[in-house]
Amino acid sequence: MRLTDKVEEAARVLTICNACRYCEGHCAVFQAMELRLEFNADNLDYMANLCHNCGACYHNCQYAPPHEFNLNVPAAMAELRQENYGIFAWPGFMGKLFANNGLWVSLLSILVIAGFFLMTSMKAGENFMLAHENGFYGVLSHNDLAAIFGLVGGFVALALLMSVIKFWKTMQLGNPLALDWGRVLQGVKDALTLKYLDGGNGQGCSYPNETPSMARRWFHQLTFWGFMLCFAATSVGTVMHYGFAMEAPYDFITLPKILGTLGGLGLLIGPAGLLGIKVGATADVKGKSNKGMDVTFLMLLFFTSLSGLVLMFVSKTVYVGPVLSLHLGIVMTLFLSMPYGKFVHGFYRLIALIAFAVEKQRHKPVVGTE
Amino acid sequence: MSTDQKEFDVLVAGGGQAGIIAAIVAAEKGARTCVLEGAPRTHRGGNTRHTRNLRPMHVGPLSVLSGTYDEEEYWDDLMRVTKGKTNEHLARMTLRKSTEAVGWLEERGVQFQPPLGGTLHLGRTNAFFMGGGKQLLNALYRHAEKLGIEIHYDAMVEDIEFEDGHFKNVTISDGRIFAAKSFVAAAGGFEANIEWLKEGWGEIAENFLIRGTPYNKGGLLKLLLNNGAQKIGEPDQCHAVAIDGRAPKYDGGICTRVDCVSLGVVVNKNAERFYDEGEDFWPKRYAIWGRLVAGQPDQVAHVIIDDKAIGSFMPPVFPAETADTIPELARKIGLDPTVLETTINDYNAAVQPGEFDHTELDGVHTDGLEVNKTNWARTIDKAPFRAYCLRPGITFTYLGVEVTDQAQMKMADGRLAPNVFAAGEIMAGNVLGQGYLAGIGMTIGNIFGRIAGSEAADHALNR
Repeated sequence: MRLTDKVEEAARVLTICNACRYCEGHCAVFQAMELRLEFNADNLDYMANLCHNCGACYHNCQYAPPHEFNLNVPAAMAELRQENYGIFAWPGFMGKLFANNGLWVSLLSILVIAGFFLMTSMKAGENFMLAHENGFYGVLSHNDLAAIFGLVGGFVALALLMSVIKFWKTMQLGNPLALDWGRVLQGVKDALTLKYLDGGNGQGCSYPNETPSMARRWFHQLTFWGFMLCFAATSVGTVMHYGFAMEAPYDFITLPKILGTLGGLGLLIGPAGLLGIKVGATADVKGKSNKGMDVTFLMLLFFTSLSGLVLMFVSKTVYVGPVLSLHLGIVMTLFLSMPYGKFVHGFYRLIALIAFAVEKQRHKPVVGTE
Repeated sequence: MSTDQKEFDVLVAGGGQAGIIAAIVAAEKGARTCVLEGAPRTHRGGNTRHTRNLRPMHVGPLSVLSGTYDEEEYWDDLMRVTKGKTNEHLARMTLRKSTEAVGWLEERGVQFQPPLGGTLHLGRTNAFFMGGGKQLLNALYRHAEKLGIEIHYDAMVEDIEFEDGHFKNVTISDGRIFAAKSFVAAAGGFEANIEWLKEGWGEIAENFLIRGTPYNKGGLLKLLLNNGAQKIGEPDQCHAVAIDGRAPKYDGGICTRVDCVSLGVVVNKNAERFYDEGEDFWPKRYAIWGRLVAGQPDQVAHVIIDDKAIGSFMPPVFPAETADTIPELARKIGLDPTVLETTINDYNAAVQPGEFDHTELDGVHTDGLEVNKTNWARTIDKAPFRAYCLRPGITFTYLGVEVTDQAQMKMADGRLAPNVFAAGEIMAGNVLGQGYLAGIGMTIGNIFGRIAGSEAADHALNR
C-alpha cells in the first residue's frame, strides 16, 4: 500500500481524532474511523471520499492550529482526495494530471476552444458569420456534432467506468449484484440528499465560516440537479432526433428546451454560489493542493451553462458561429476533464457512502481490512 | 497609568462557558457588558474548549437525554464522589437548575448530539455537545457578539482595585483599565500554574502534565484572595487523572487518556504493582489514578497489556512500546527486566480461573499477592506485549472563592462583596469539594454563570 506524505498526514490526524472522538456526531468519516484501530492508504482513501469538507470538525476542534497537534481534518482529507483521484485514474498515467489540475484544465480549455473556432470556421466557411433558419445546425451539422461528442463521450464513459471499478475494488465491496440493496439505497439516498453537509444536526455545515449554514448544500443541489437536467435535455433531444425524427432546433415549450433552460439556470446559480462561498471560506479548511482542481471544475460548469444559454438566445442571429464554437469548446473541455478532474468526486463519494452503509450494518470495518 | 479607561455596567473576567454565559445573561437584561478573555481568540474559552458534556437533572426524556435522572439519584452520585465535601444548599440548587441548562443553551445556538448508539453510554445522564465544547463556545460567542457584548482577547487581568470593599476596576496585561458597576469573576482555576500547584503538592508538581488550557494560571483567583475573599477548598485538591506520559505539557485534552488500565497491570518505575487495577470500571476509577501515579517515585507508571487486550479499549493517541518478551519490553521502557519479569510471573501465577467479561465486574481475580487485582485479572502471556507510560494529568483545581446562592462572593471577614460575583471553576469547589462526576464542572459553570450574570446586571442597573 502506498505511503505518501498525504497518507501519513491523514493517518496522523485521524489517529488523534480516534482518541478524541468529540466529532463523531458530525458525519460518517468519524463513525467509519471509530470502527478502526489503525489507518492505511485504503481506508484513508475511503474516509477521504466520505468527507464532504463541511468544515464543522475543524471549527469545533480543540486541537486546531495553533495547537501543537495542528489538526485540520477537512484539509488533510481534501488533499488526500486530490491525490487518490490520481491513483484511481484510468489509464493510470493520466493520474498525473491531478497534480496541477487547475493549470492543465485551463490550458486544455484554451486549446480546445481555439480548436473549435478553427474547425468550425473552416468547416462552415462563410456560414460561420451568418444567421441560419435551423440555428446552430446551419454552422455545424447534427451528424458532425454527434460524431465528435459521441467519440469523446464514449472514451470518457470508458475512462470513468474503469476508474469506478478500480475504486470499487479498493472499497472491497465485492460483487455489486450480491450487495444488500437496502444498503445501496441508503448510500444513494445519503449522496443525493447531501446528508453530510448538514453538520450532523440538520443545521448545515460550517462553511464558509463557523456559523452553521445550508448555503453550500443548496448551491450543490442546484449544481447537481442543474447538471442532471442538462444531461436529461440532451438525452431527450437525442431520443427525439433518432427515435421520432424530430430535429432541433426546438421551440421554447418543448421538453429539451424546458429541461435545458431549467438545468442551465441551476448550473449558473449553483457553481456561482459554490465559487462565492469557496472564495469567502476560511483558508485553513479548504486544503491547498486541490484548489485549482476545485475552482476550474466550477468555472467549467458555470461557463458551460452561461455559453449554452447565450447560444440559445443568439442561435438565430449572426453571432451563432462564434458563440457555438465557444460553447462547444467549453463543453468539450468539461467532457475531456471529467475523468481527470473534480467531476469524479461524485462517483467515489457515492461508492464510499454505500461502503459506509454496509459497514454500519455489519458494525465492523470492510474497507482496508485486507 | 493609561488614560484609556472604559466603564461598563458588567465586566466579566474569563471567557469560558461560565463567563460568556454570565455576559450573555447580563446583556440580555440590558447591561452594557464586556468580557475580558485572557487567551488569544484561537484558544478562547478556557477548559470549556476541552469539555464534551454537561449533566442535567431531568424527570422524563429531555432533548437528547433519555429516561429520568432525578434529584435523588443525582444527589447520591454527587455524595458518592465528594464524600460529603459539598455545600448541600448550593449543590441541590445547582442540580435543580440544571434541568433548564440544555434548553437555555439550545435557544442560543448550541447544538447537542443525538445519541448514536455507538460509543456513548451516557445518553441518560449527560447531554453531549455536538463536536465538543468548542462548538458550544463558538455558538455562545456568536450570540454574545450579536448582543453587542464587547469582547477582548489576550486580556489577562493583572490587577484589581477595590474601594471600601466595592469593586472598582481591573488592569489588564497591556495596561488598559476596565471599570464596571459589577464584576463577574469567571477566570478559572490555577492548574497551569506549576508554582502554585507546588504549594499543595511539593516539588513533585514539576512532573505533572496539565491537560487543560495553559491560560489558567489563577491570576484573578490570587488577586481576589489577596483582597480578602473567603477561600474554599484545599490547594492540593484537583481533578487528576492518569494520562499518557508522552502528552504535551499543556493543553493535551481528552485524547491523552489511556483506557487500558483495567485490562492489564500497572507498575511503577521499580517495575512493581501498587494498586488494584480491576477495582471498578475505568470511567469510575480513572479519576483516582492521577493521584495514585502522583504518589509513585518520579510520578510515573506503566500500564502493561498483552495481545488479548487489543481492540477492547479506545485507541490511544501515542503508539505503545511493543516487544515480544517482557524483559525486552522492560528494557524499552527503562525498567529492570528481571524485576518486571518477576512481577508479571507472580501476577500470572496468582490469576484464578474464571470467565473473563469486560462488560461487567466479572470477579476474575488474583489470589495471594500483596496487591491483588479483583476483576478482569487475565494472565499477561500473549505476545506481543505493549506498554503505555502514565503520568498525572491535572484537569482542574478545586480551590476557589466562597459564594452565596446568588453567586455573590463572600469575604473572609464574613461580609459579602457587594458587586463581585463568581462563576465556573473559580468557585466550583463550593459544590464539588473533591472527586469528580462527568459533566458536573460544566453544569456548575452553566448554573452559576447564569446566576452571576443576572445578579451582576441587577446590581449594576439598580434593580
